[in-house]
Amino acid sequence: MLQYLIQKEFRQIFRNAFIPKILVVLPLMVILVFPWAANQEITHIRVNIVDGDHSPYSRRLTDKIAASPYFELIAVSSTHDEATAMMEDGQVDLILEIEPDFEKHGVTQNPAALHIAANAVNIMKGGLGANYMGQIIRNFMEEIQAETVPGQTNPGLPVIRITSQNRFNPHGDYKIFMIPALLVMLLTIICGFLPTLNIVSEKEKGTIEQINVTPVKKTMFILGKLIPNWMMGLVIMSVYLGLAALVYGLVPAGNILAVYGFAVLYILVVSGIGLIISNYSSTTQQAMFTMFFFMIIMILLSGLFTPIASMPAWAQTMTLFNPLRYFAEIMRMIYLKGSSIWELGGPFFALTIMACVFNIWAILAYRKSQ
Amino acid sequence: MKQFWAFIIKEFEHIFRDMRTILLIIGIPIAQILIIGFAVSTEVKNIRVAVYDPSNDVSTQLIINHFESSRSFEVVRSLQSPDEAERLFQQNAFDFALIFSEHFDENLYHTGEASVQFIADASDPNYGNTAVAYATNILSDYQQELMQKAMASGMNSANFRIVPQVQMLYNPEMNGSYNFVPGLMGMVFILICAMMTSIAIVREKESGTMEVLLASPVKPIYIVISKMIPYFLISWFILIIILLLSIFVLNVPVAGNLIWLNVFSLIYILVALSLGLLISTLVRTQVAAMLASGMGLMMPIMILSGMIFPIESMPPVLQWISCIVPARWYISGIRKIMIEGVGVIHILKEMLILTGMAAAIITLSLKKFKTRLE
Amino acid sequence: MNSVIQASQLTKRFGNFTAVDHISFEVAKGEIFGFLGANGAGKTTAMRMLCGLSKPTSGQGLVAGYDIAKQPEEVKKHIGYMSQKFSLYEDLKVWENMQLYAGIYGMNIKQIRPKIDEKLHQLGLFDERNTFVSQLPLGWKQKLAFSVAIFHEPQIVFLDEPTGGVDPITRRQFWELIYEAADRGITIFVTTHYMDEAEYCHRISMMVDGKIEALDTPKNLRERFRAATMDEVFYQLARKGREN
Repeated sequence: MLQYLIQKEFRQIFRNAFIPKILVVLPLMVILVFPWAANQEITHIRVNIVDGDHSPYSRRLTDKIAASPYFELIAVSSTHDEATAMMEDGQVDLILEIEPDFEKHGVTQNPAALHIAANAVNIMKGGLGANYMGQIIRNFMEEIQAETVPGQTNPGLPVIRITSQNRFNPHGDYKIFMIPALLVMLLTIICGFLPTLNIVSEKEKGTIEQINVTPVKKTMFILGKLIPNWMMGLVIMSVYLGLAALVYGLVPAGNILAVYGFAVLYILVVSGIGLIISNYSSTTQQAMFTMFFFMIIMILLSGLFTPIASMPAWAQTMTLFNPLRYFAEIMRMIYLKGSSIWELGGPFFALTIMACVFNIWAILAYRKSQ
Repeated sequence: MKQFWAFIIKEFEHIFRDMRTILLIIGIPIAQILIIGFAVSTEVKNIRVAVYDPSNDVSTQLIINHFESSRSFEVVRSLQSPDEAERLFQQNAFDFALIFSEHFDENLYHTGEASVQFIADASDPNYGNTAVAYATNILSDYQQELMQKAMASGMNSANFRIVPQVQMLYNPEMNGSYNFVPGLMGMVFILICAMMTSIAIVREKESGTMEVLLASPVKPIYIVISKMIPYFLISWFILIIILLLSIFVLNVPVAGNLIWLNVFSLIYILVALSLGLLISTLVRTQVAAMLASGMGLMMPIMILSGMIFPIESMPPVLQWISCIVPARWYISGIRKIMIEGVGVIHILKEMLILTGMAAAIITLSLKKFKTRLE
Repeated sequence: MNSVIQASQLTKRFGNFTAVDHISFEVAKGEIFGFLGANGAGKTTAMRMLCGLSKPTSGQGLVAGYDIAKQPEEVKKHIGYMSQKFSLYEDLKVWENMQLYAGIYGMNIKQIRPKIDEKLHQLGLFDERNTFVSQLPLGWKQKLAFSVAIFHEPQIVFLDEPTGGVDPITRRQFWELIYEAADRGITIFVTTHYMDEAEYCHRISMMVDGKIEALDTPKNLRERFRAATMDEVFYQLARKGREN
């Protein structure tokens, strides 16, 4: 019985004027275009320096900033107002104002003052920009100190040597970070929206009436909707991961089978959510709006784009019920860190519970009689 | 003109009869903006730190205290060996390892060989870099303190000192929602409006009532306009609620001119509605309309609008492509006028582009609409 | 009487509105039972209850020996249904629709293929087997829906206004199909607005405002109401309903 229901779904999907196009275009767009755009890398922070001192020191500091990979020196202005105007126009992100007598004050034990003003609308950029600027200034100061204190390596001065190491993504390539996670978004959208529209559109067209009057089992009917969706999801994922390897040379550091294992679970979870919504809606519009609501919240509160640790406590608690959170975490852990299945026990457990709960719910929510 | 009003009233009655849908249309953007506005921030804080401290002396304790008192870091565990870090990283047990060399305090004052190693989980490069930058700051400050003490106690020289003063413009509290709320508005508006209009028109096409309307003596253009006006008003209503919520609940200030903010937003709403109109002329079924306006628009808008990922970090080709995403212009304009509070003159470009887009899309869809009829 | 449908005091309420009000009747095996009434009289609601699509508010119904409230899924195994609104898949081909429903009713894979061909020939739709249902004219769609409803040889088939909007010739053909099915022992439960069709039924019931006002053979009804045609019977009863 099930085979006929599955066959029917596939026929309908492939004959639809629109769905096959989306199934081809969306994954290609996500893997070929989005990784280049999904970049929060903060380099080339645009700086305007207001040099009120015009001393050798102020020039030296300016050169140092211009040479830094983090900054791009857009202009050296002579007045504060000029710099502010550029900031308001959106031409620069950070202003460094060097006061008159900068060199003189620094040397005469009277701390020299510098003003850093960062556009903090984007707090990431503002914060990191101010921070990098602080580091350059500190280095500059230490250089000068070393020059002015005779007998350079003074044994009495306590010095801590700092080394740092960036693990799992040593070149700071944002694409490596985003590609495994963008798959999560893609699968969520495709395998979540299609089932959402499925049952409710059968209701609207009236075809579900003919099905309801047959002795078809509720479980079979729901499985007939789930399985095609699930197969489609896995095919799309394979194409996506294949292209990730071909185009970006990105292969999982961990086990590829683990990736598939979790995807199987995950697609069940999102399809289940879609079917539940579809069951409770009476029009396509309602179903779509409801799913849209949950999807935006689930995507933005999943840690895909912003760290979960930055969220307030209540929102962090909410993420515990968000399947995207787990799948995104899993994908990144397997791809970047090579974590094994044993280290992913928690997310596995959470996704399994969700898959069971949502799909049983979907079956119960489907009513053959009013 | 009388018939025109009759159509608008009919459309309103139609919308308000379905209370569940109207609640969804108004409730969704509000709930999304509230939840996400409060929750999402790119600020890096609560970085989970693991410490390997073999000597456990005064200096290492002082440094660890500095880390603990910083709001960016949170010391969650101590490591038995540097190798343990590797294993725990794979379990996502912490984000940052602080590894002291042996006999730290002793070496610090005698051999000058004291060293600290930072190991950051840089899966997310920003997070990793920020963690390293913050940690470096903490250590540098500590070292600077030591230097001052050492110098005060004997070394005397004309050493050079700078004290930078840092000022965070427009967002001194470093509130994440300042950046996110305009982005959310840009995304939510365009999606909701496009979905509403496209489905309203396609539904009439599907059920055949569009034929009846077109058989009436009213010009097709008026039929289309009469369908858009109620949604335009509903969208405006949503806009006002969102602005009120931003100001009073999310504490995002409206620094600029409120009237221009409204004008600018209304232009954007017009773009969104006409986009829905265009979609409705291109598809035949409600399902296709929903997929095109919801699914088809959602991802490009989320990623190419500058809402999350800064446009200027994209490669040039994508920067050009992003120019056709209306949300890009709205978000950039709204950030300027709402958060930075700059004058309307600074968003003239965005305003003109959006107006142009609205005009182009409306012309195109009316053309399509007509050819469909013939 | 060997009855396959027994309804006693069957009632359905939606809020304050009573759509079906304590109706009781029996339908014998092999009978063609006409279910008549004005729009909104409660015919479709009553039929949906008997098919297990809608739960009765009170009262009892037995269809093919199974309780409609307690064993709706058992009922569904033994009935066929054709709804008022065409409800086969428009984006599937003719034979694909038949195959789907044959499969759902648990028909043997080997039997499905020859049976589809046989049915298609019977309906005169064989040349259209690869046509999408959406492209069929309404009359053919109705014939297809009927054949899908009886494809699995149910004991009873419920037809809700099967000939609505169809031309007279196709209507005639449709009734021939109904008679054929009845000859094979399938009980027919049919609602209609066409009074000439009412004459084709063995017995008819007249529903007015959710109640059965009359139930007899067409001939007896005409005599009882002293009417020359069924039309008149209908007018008299419907008017009575309006006066209430």
